[in-house]
Amino acid sequence: MTRFVVRRLISMVLVLFAISVLTFLIFQAIPNGDPAARLAGRTSTPETVAAIRKSWGFDQPIYEQYLTTMKKILSGEVISYAQQVNVLHEIEQDLPATLSLAIGAGIIWLALGVLFGLLSAMRAGRFSDRALTVLALIGVSTPVFLLGAVALYFLAFKASIFPNGGYVPLTQDPLQWLYHMILPWLVLSVLFIGIYSRVLRSSLLDTMHEDYVRTARAKGISERRVLLRHVLRNSLIPIVSLWSLDFAAVIGGGAILTESVFNLHGVGQYAADSIAQLDVPPVMVIVMLGAFFVVVLSAVTDVVFALLDPRIRLTGR
Amino acid sequence: MSDHLLTVEELRVAFRTEEGVVQAVDGVSFHVDAGEVLAIVGESGCGKSVTGMTLMGLTRSPNARFDGRVRWGEQELLGASDEALRRIRGAEIAMVFQDPMTALNPVQRIGKQVAEQVRAHTDLEQGAALERARELLERVGIPRAGDRLRAYPHELSGGMRQRVMIAMALSCDPRLLIADEPTTALDVTIQAQILEEVRTLRAETNAGVILITHDLGVVADVADRVVVMYAGQIVEEGTLDELFYDPRHPYTWGLLGSIARVDRPRPARLPAIAGAPPSLLAPPRGCRFGPRCPHRFEQCAELPALEARDGSEPSHLDRCWLTPEEKRAKRQVGGQIGLEAA
Repeated sequence: MTRFVVRRLISMVLVLFAISVLTFLIFQAIPNGDPAARLAGRTSTPETVAAIRKSWGFDQPIYEQYLTTMKKILSGEVISYAQQVNVLHEIEQDLPATLSLAIGAGIIWLALGVLFGLLSAMRAGRFSDRALTVLALIGVSTPVFLLGAVALYFLAFKASIFPNGGYVPLTQDPLQWLYHMILPWLVLSVLFIGIYSRVLRSSLLDTMHEDYVRTARAKGISERRVLLRHVLRNSLIPIVSLWSLDFAAVIGGGAILTESVFNLHGVGQYAADSIAQLDVPPVMVIVMLGAFFVVVLSAVTDVVFALLDPRIRLTGR
Repeated sequence: MSDHLLTVEELRVAFRTEEGVVQAVDGVSFHVDAGEVLAIVGESGCGKSVTGMTLMGLTRSPNARFDGRVRWGEQELLGASDEALRRIRGAEIAMVFQDPMTALNPVQRIGKQVAEQVRAHTDLEQGAALERARELLERVGIPRAGDRLRAYPHELSGGMRQRVMIAMALSCDPRLLIADEPTTALDVTIQAQILEEVRTLRAETNAGVILITHDLGVVADVADRVVVMYAGQIVEEGTLDELFYDPRHPYTWGLLGSIARVDRPRPARLPAIAGAPPSLLAPPRGCRFGPRCPHRFEQCAELPALEARDGSEPSHLDRCWLTPEEKRAKRQVGGQIGLEAA
């Protein structure tokens, strides 16, 4: 277990380093991306640009600039080029909205994905299975921005059942928080419910043909128990790994479209705004944050695997 | 009304497939009595496993069609409700499967798996059911049974796992045990031990046993009566002695002739039955074994019924048109029973 943790920590540091270098280089390669010119503004003279370049250190070699940026990020003093505010404070403000979105939607898509997958597998080949297949296909192929916009138009703007976007902190008013989150949760979940129900369906159908399921039936236990105790548990492994990675991606700002459509002011929306302004520091921090969550959750997933399947051992190798 | 433990009459199982209808079991009738070991013998794909599974309602393909009767005491098993079958499965009729490596749930402790069956058919609490599981594991010869309750299947050897399967099958004192190739996946010494367990079970509880196997060595070891299946049909049925010392059907001769024996001079090549089993999509007309049989003649174009063809042995049935005298002459190959090369 200790070796497992140490190994995971080392690989996390390596992954974060690689991600940060890549992100930094991408922004160096983007044309018209000179941060000094952007900082100086449209009406600036070449002298101001040169002065800014010197004072912000943009005239240094790339690796120097990278080191400076990383030093600022790690000490928590990193300043965005566009607004010139502390990036970590900004993210701190945006994180509750993103966490609300990710946790709520994560629970919904896991629960409904498993439910629909089970229904589909139990009725395999029959009408309800085919109906669910078509629904899943529609869900997977409908873009979030379209679904979000349509939902907002009909349910918020026309019917006024739901608020027209925005985020209310949980600590401020729990009911309003829930009221504002329901639509974003559902809209974000649709895609994942479609994918998960299909993955679980095929995984369940595979497991149902296993010898030990036949043994379970031969024991004379109820069909319900066969399904829940013997089939479902062994079929959940692919779902667990999918869920943890998707969940980590949403926490790390991956739900850019959902957050933007519903104007939640989450981390993803901040990332989108920063990318539009070629604002390197916030993008670096958010990308590393996302990578951090993915790495941590994949380690957690491995632990859950070991709990679900005793044949899997956590090794340090 | 018969007083057999289980009576199977004209059982037919067909599967609809993309290529057509596969008649896996085609009019099979037999019975088992209490305290009797009935062996069902045949090659892979002859329908013996499907027969065993169908008796317990475990042939669950939506493309399967069943016909015939399976009588269990007063009850008809074929077409019985799921709930009625559930009550019988594991309690009155138990099953042991071929591959102990895959027949146990890999993510559940074995104690729990045995206890689950006990609890499905009794009012015992989990603790009492686990205690019963421990007794059962001990009874089938698993050392340190108390510790093993908490083991996962992958922590046990194949032989141990098959013992767990047997412990599970015995847990509710079944009156009939269906063992589908219980020793095929095990090495020879473990085979002998497992067969010993089957014998002990029969002696202690007077249960009936249906032993499905392709291994005539196993049959000779434990069976009382033998049914030989070929291409979905029974081709010969009789007591162990009748079948081994006076086999009537050329397919049985072939099976007996192809046993490799260490007490006889080693042949240059191991004898085998020429050809391959027929496709069950379009079985041969007439005698199913005809195309592979070196002794076929005109009459074989007509399917022989399964019946006693020698008045002196009413229990010995076969499906071959040859006269008893011809059979006795033709089955002698090089001084022993066998099927001559075609």
